[in-house]
Amino acid sequence: MQIARTHMNFIRQSWKQYRAMYLFMLPFFILFLIFVVAPVLTAVYLSFTYYNMLEPARWIGLSNYRLLFVEDDVFITAIRNTLLFAIFTGPLSYILSFTLAWFINRARMRQLYTLAFYAPSITSTIAMSVVWLYFFANDRYGLINYGLMNIGLINEPIAWLKEQATILPVIMIISLWMSMGTSFLVFLAGLQDVPRELYDAGAVDGINNAFQEVWHITLPVMRPQLLFGAVMAIVNSFAVFGVAVQVAGLPSPLYAGHTIVAHLYDYGFIRFEMGYASAIAVVLFIATFVLSRWVMRILGDNE
Amino acid sequence: MPMKLPRLFKRDKRHASPLEYFFLTLLAAFMILPLVYMVSTAFKPLEEMFLYPPRFFVRNPTWQNFTDLLIAISGLSVPFLRYFFNSLFVTACVTGGTVIISSMAAYPLAKYPRMPGAKLFFNIVIATLMFAPEVTQIPRYLIVNEFHLVDTYAGLILPLLAGSYGMFLMKQFMEQLPVEIIEAAKVDGASEWTIFWKIVMPLVRPAWITLILLSFIGTWNDYFTPLIFTRSEQMKTLPLMLSTLSGGPGMVARTGAVAAASLLVTLPTLLLFIFLQRYVMETMAHSGIKG
Repeated sequence: MQIARTHMNFIRQSWKQYRAMYLFMLPFFILFLIFVVAPVLTAVYLSFTYYNMLEPARWIGLSNYRLLFVEDDVFITAIRNTLLFAIFTGPLSYILSFTLAWFINRARMRQLYTLAFYAPSITSTIAMSVVWLYFFANDRYGLINYGLMNIGLINEPIAWLKEQATILPVIMIISLWMSMGTSFLVFLAGLQDVPRELYDAGAVDGINNAFQEVWHITLPVMRPQLLFGAVMAIVNSFAVFGVAVQVAGLPSPLYAGHTIVAHLYDYGFIRFEMGYASAIAVVLFIATFVLSRWVMRILGDNE
Repeated sequence: MPMKLPRLFKRDKRHASPLEYFFLTLLAAFMILPLVYMVSTAFKPLEEMFLYPPRFFVRNPTWQNFTDLLIAISGLSVPFLRYFFNSLFVTACVTGGTVIISSMAAYPLAKYPRMPGAKLFFNIVIATLMFAPEVTQIPRYLIVNEFHLVDTYAGLILPLLAGSYGMFLMKQFMEQLPVEIIEAAKVDGASEWTIFWKIVMPLVRPAWITLILLSFIGTWNDYFTPLIFTRSEQMKTLPLMLSTLSGGPGMVARTGAVAAASLLVTLPTLLLFIFLQRYVMETMAHSGIKG
């Protein structure tokens, strides 16, 4: 009884103190609960069922997960491809976004440079696939094959989108091309907010080159933006799907471009096994979440 | 300990050196190459599309693809303007709503992290960011259907308003705001509502301009949401029209028309970015207060 009363008091006091703040959050909170949290929880529930969208979901416990890890060899390939992709493009796109933002920030004609680097990320994968299929075409009609053959680097055209060895690298290159997106803009905006005085003070304290300045002044001040960029880089690189399917197809030759989300899409929207697809989503979620937590700790989130 | 470094970095700390310009320009040219090709293709006559040796630039530019597109569009059961209006209306509502709702929710999380429930709430928002959106679309459809919102504008708009992505972005920027500014305003007797709109929002303008771009581009290009949340042709948006055009019979003959349509659909997002980008690169100093 006593505990309940202190509890009530605590709630009443918090409400009194922060009433305006809770009201600020209310619209987001309601919509978020209905259209984001509820669907996610439903998907988690479905991962323990057999659900083909026609009959009602049937509870089957952990069967989907057992199948996924023990019997589904294609899923293991998908994990391997996704990890390779994430290890390569995640850090690279992150570092590239920051480095380029930093250089552009020092340059004249910043708007022009920003436009050139940002524009690719706006394009839709569907619209751009026309371009990629021409650049990386498997025969001598392809621009890259034509170029390489012309300068004598290769004699026979390379089947970029058919060879197991080249499919994943091509997907990585295209994704990197498109990766100077929101994080890049966020870094540019963040760089503006580093107070000038800090640089002046740093110069007095003996900082005399750009590297030291970035390390001791820019990076610490930009921590909120860097954290955002890091989490987005992880989420995006683990969710690789659109580009892979557009250039390599679904399924890709020997599953060389098969990713976790491609596998999910295959089961959810081609075979209509939503339960199994949901289990894949849960596994992907856990992997992304653990990694993001780890990165957040490294970047020293103060909460 | 100061390190010895090449000249390049010693010269002038505030501005780029010629070598930096050189590499930046080279890389920028490389980045826009595929886009140049896309524009060039939209103006290529049919016989130039399948040439050998392959040709990057168009030789005899033509408007043929655009007139083909016009003819293809006039064959649709709904006038083109209707698709355009749907896209524009939905995108404008989602963008405006997202910016207001996410900013309002992000402010308490950034400035009053000790508020009970704030930390838990933020962690849940971050967690949902990591759940593959492909899977949640089906349960989301069931909910939209339950509220009888399928095939309505509300059904296309409401589910997209509370995005984790935008809220996360706004919170990170608001964290950088000095507490003193808010405290000072409070001492002056300003209400939270006034502080938020008159002080906080103007200071984080680069953040919400970024969010406007993000939200506009995402909604404008969104294919999946209108695909499953609409039924009648009257409610469909431009990306759906584009896929109707590129699929179906006579597709090869329409390659040019599709290239032209892709260009036209991408154009508004590019123009918006060109228009807004100077605000993204604006300092807090411009708004009168230094961080």
